[in-house]
Amino acid sequence: MKRLLSPALRTGSLLLLLSVLAFAVADGAWLARVPSRDHARTNPYQGQPDAISAGRRIFVEHCAHCHGENAEGTKKRPTLRSLRVQQQATEGDLQWLLLNGNMKKGMPSWAKLPEQQLWQVIAYVRTLHQ
Amino acid sequence: MKSPLFAVSCWLALILTTTVAFPQERPYFVTYSHEMEEPGNLDIELFNAVGHPPGGNLFLGSNIEFEYGVKAWWTSEFYLDGQSTQNDSTIFTGFRWENRIRPLLAEHRINPVLYVEYENTSADKALREIVGHDGVPDFIDSNAVARKDIEREMELKLILGSNVHGWNISENIISEKNLSNDPWEFGYAWAVSRPLGLAARAHNCSFCPEKFQAGFEMYGGLGDRQSFGLHNTSHYAGPTMNWTAPNGTTLSFSPQFGLNDYSVPHLYRFGVSYEIEQFLSRFHRGGQ
Repeated sequence: MKRLLSPALRTGSLLLLLSVLAFAVADGAWLARVPSRDHARTNPYQGQPDAISAGRRIFVEHCAHCHGENAEGTKKRPTLRSLRVQQQATEGDLQWLLLNGNMKKGMPSWAKLPEQQLWQVIAYVRTLHQ
Repeated sequence: MKSPLFAVSCWLALILTTTVAFPQERPYFVTYSHEMEEPGNLDIELFNAVGHPPGGNLFLGSNIEFEYGVKAWWTSEFYLDGQSTQNDSTIFTGFRWENRIRPLLAEHRINPVLYVEYENTSADKALREIVGHDGVPDFIDSNAVARKDIEREMELKLILGSNVHGWNISENIISEKNLSNDPWEFGYAWAVSRPLGLAARAHNCSFCPEKFQAGFEMYGGLGDRQSFGLHNTSHYAGPTMNWTAPNGTTLSFSPQFGLNDYSVPHLYRFGVSYEIEQFLSRFHRGGQ
């Protein structure tokens, strides 16, 4: 019995590992595409209470229906409280993502919003790790 | 037996119980920007044009549009058109189906979008685009005469759009082919607009500057393959603006002016649009 299960378990584990790796790579692949100039950009509204309140309003109007009312994620769309969004990505990375979207993954471009409002949303999203 | 009234009631109930989205619509009536509908959202728009051509009767051309975001890079739209002419009649004038596809999946300085439309219309006065030698003579015939000329047309557009420092600049190059033996017709449209405020206010407000967008729009015909140019073509230009209400409804208005004798002297355009978030997911189990 042990002999029969071991190869199946090994194959299953390998497949699971590969799936997790593939998901992880695909999900964060956009980070590798951010140009260094954009990566280094800083948020002019960082930590400003008014901008954070405004960012919350914009988030509820445009982002919450996919990412959840409190950015906790939904069945199909990721949480914005993740380590990747809160720590690995710079504010410049997030601004680049909002501007360009990740259209193959269903994330639209938000270039229709003025740059100031994109920074306000980022200022709000960055408060969610607290 | 379910009556049409029942169906309409169900539809209204669905609309009234849906979660509204807050679109950032550009205040354009003819020009398309490169911005696509968010995937899964359904935008319902009603656009109208009022004009009084010399030698003709006052008219109201209308269309209702159902714009759906199929993918982040693909928007599909279905139109129903109608018009009402003073001292004449009110008629249904046909339908259109269009698809817009964004070939480049990131934001560039100039962003192209490819547009393909099939339309089946007659006696249309909604003026959704001006091509070829469209002009005042098209508005003179009575509806009974004009509706006998059914136009089955394929329209192709190259949409170019840019966002620079809060300004949106959009240009459309239009070509249209009647599927009968008529030549290709050409036209253009361009527009610029900007929100009155670029940063959002911290508090909820109905009339904050960021809720308004204002700009300028111009469009016209460029003749056809056999007579390309400005001779016997109509052109319009005017300021345009919109306002997004706290419930997400967007109201748009534009007075537009005919730039030559071949154009209707004045057009007054107004529109209402309302966006429903994640429309199809409402029909799935667990949909909100």
